Amino acid sequence: MQLLSTRRGLFYTALLVFLAIAPWVFQWIDQPFYLDLLSRALILGIAAVSLNLILGYGGMVSLGHAAYIGIGAYCVGIPAYYDFYSGWLHIGLALSVSAVFALITGAICLRTKGVYFIMITMAFSQMVYYTFLSLEEYGADDGLVIYLRSEFPTWLSMDGAFSLYYWILGVLLLSLYFVHRLIHARFGRVIVGAKFNELRLQSLGVNTYRYRLTCYVISAMICSLAGVLLGNFTSFISPEMMGWTRSGELIFMVIMGGVSTVLGPLLGTISFVLLEEWLAAITVYWHLIFGVLLVVLVLYGKGGLDGLLGLMDRGKKSS
Amino acid sequence: MDWNLLITQLMNGLQLGLLLFLLASGLTLIFGIMDFINLSHGSFYMVGAYFCGTIVAKTGSFVLGILFGLVGVFIVGALVEWFIARKLYRSDHLDHVLVTFGLILIFDTLVHMIWGASGMAIPLPDVLNGQVSIGTLVLPTYRLLIIAAGLGVAAFLYVLVTRTRLGMLIRAGASNRTMVEALGVNINRLFLIVFAIGASMAGLAGMLIAPITEASIGMGNDIIIIAFVVVIVGGIGSVKGAFYAGLIIGLIDTLSRSYLDDVLALSIPIEYAETAAPAISAMMVYILMAVVLAFRPQGLFPPAGAR
Repeated sequence: MQLLSTRRGLFYTALLVFLAIAPWVFQWIDQPFYLDLLSRALILGIAAVSLNLILGYGGMVSLGHAAYIGIGAYCVGIPAYYDFYSGWLHIGLALSVSAVFALITGAICLRTKGVYFIMITMAFSQMVYYTFLSLEEYGADDGLVIYLRSEFPTWLSMDGAFSLYYWILGVLLLSLYFVHRLIHARFGRVIVGAKFNELRLQSLGVNTYRYRLTCYVISAMICSLAGVLLGNFTSFISPEMMGWTRSGELIFMVIMGGVSTVLGPLLGTISFVLLEEWLAAITVYWHLIFGVLLVVLVLYGKGGLDGLLGLMDRGKKSS
Repeated sequence: MDWNLLITQLMNGLQLGLLLFLLASGLTLIFGIMDFINLSHGSFYMVGAYFCGTIVAKTGSFVLGILFGLVGVFIVGALVEWFIARKLYRSDHLDHVLVTFGLILIFDTLVHMIWGASGMAIPLPDVLNGQVSIGTLVLPTYRLLIIAAGLGVAAFLYVLVTRTRLGMLIRAGASNRTMVEALGVNINRLFLIVFAIGASMAGLAGMLIAPITEASIGMGNDIIIIAFVVVIVGGIGSVKGAFYAGLIIGLIDTLSRSYLDDVLALSIPIEYAETAAPAISAMMVYILMAVVLAFRPQGLFPPAGAR
């Protein structure tokens, strides 16, 4: 680990330390709203980290990842509707439903490439969206209110803003660590290799399809955890949270932070949520600024925010 | 069985199918020739509706609204091609998705700034507001007009694509872009024209639907996804494919929404059928696309010689 030897490393270390003590800082300066904001950013961060696993490392541009946030959230909402509040049930359900759905749809999606992959992932997420939109029993487009948070043993309880925040941070750090390990293992080398030259790996005798499908399923499962946390955090869920524009926003966050870096997506989500909050306070037309930013980012700025941090180091190394 | 209801539903399906064709024809050409994914194609649909509504409000003439609307959207499309899309033809699809997603945000907000957050109703002239009765069947005149206009545009595009020099270049571009370039065709101008014509088609679809649903912000964002499904099912780059796939998908969507519960009730208890039908009918279109992609990934009617 070169966490402390580069400026980028120092920055991320400082960020992680800050995330660890953030609730106490916000309590000290008496701004509980900031904790809300940061909790939301970190939940989206988990989703972005999972999307980055397939998009950044695997080169699989999924425009339907928000569906897994929705699946995770409804795996809290629907059991809660029938008064099942066990947290392990919610998490287990979310992981298994998203895994099965990702396995089936991924098996079809991954037969396609490029444009077709983008479109078919979007089509499947729209299927999920319209399914929940038409389920009158669970509120349809009015959504579903979750009255109690998922129940866990006392030492793991989600009740209260602090404990929920540390739950989110915990899941985020676990996902980051997991993705980091995965990418540096043989599995990750195949995934990254298949992005650049799939034929070559296949001629080496690697069944890339299986690797990519496994990667897709893992990514979906991590993303469903973000959904479980989001359901608990907002205590209100609706199909709107998995519309295709949400998936577009997720890609935006990953790109803004910098693809194929472990911590980049996290940086992207935090900046996205802060920017959104800040701009929305200035003008109702903040979407315009976001749109322009996105266009400019793609046309002129490669590598995202993480790339900018890297630039500071490049200057140092070359001297 | 209620035959009048069936015919009305068939007409509705036909209408949706033709609107989808208007959106998808431009999309499929931009996709096929420039290899450019334009998520913001639905914005042209929205902008068209607002242009038309503004002119109708000023002049009171629906025909003028359509004409000026078409010109307006053509210019907007050309500007987008000139300043943004052109720079991206050589980059990867992820960049297309990001930039055009940004364009959606920009267009939605601009419409919000200019016309306000509430929708804009477009009044129809009295001539079009009535109904036509054929035997016991009563059909709204305007819906017939939409169908006629859709078929008219389809015929126009057919002649344009198969009988003119521009059409020849378009077909050649959809099959093999590099070869067309190598033969000395001014490819930039061809791209500009195709993009702007595609935008006007989408704008026309928006203008035609707005008197029924009213123009609203983000109105293009849902239908554009179905238009993409039409493009994929029909075969990327194929106008003919977009036409047939548009009709197939329009009919499947409309008919399954109204009849699927009856069909399901034949095999499962009625109360389950009534719960399951809305969900399944909403998915029908996407199921079709998944099936096509799994068994015939080039689409049902791919352009000749496409890879």
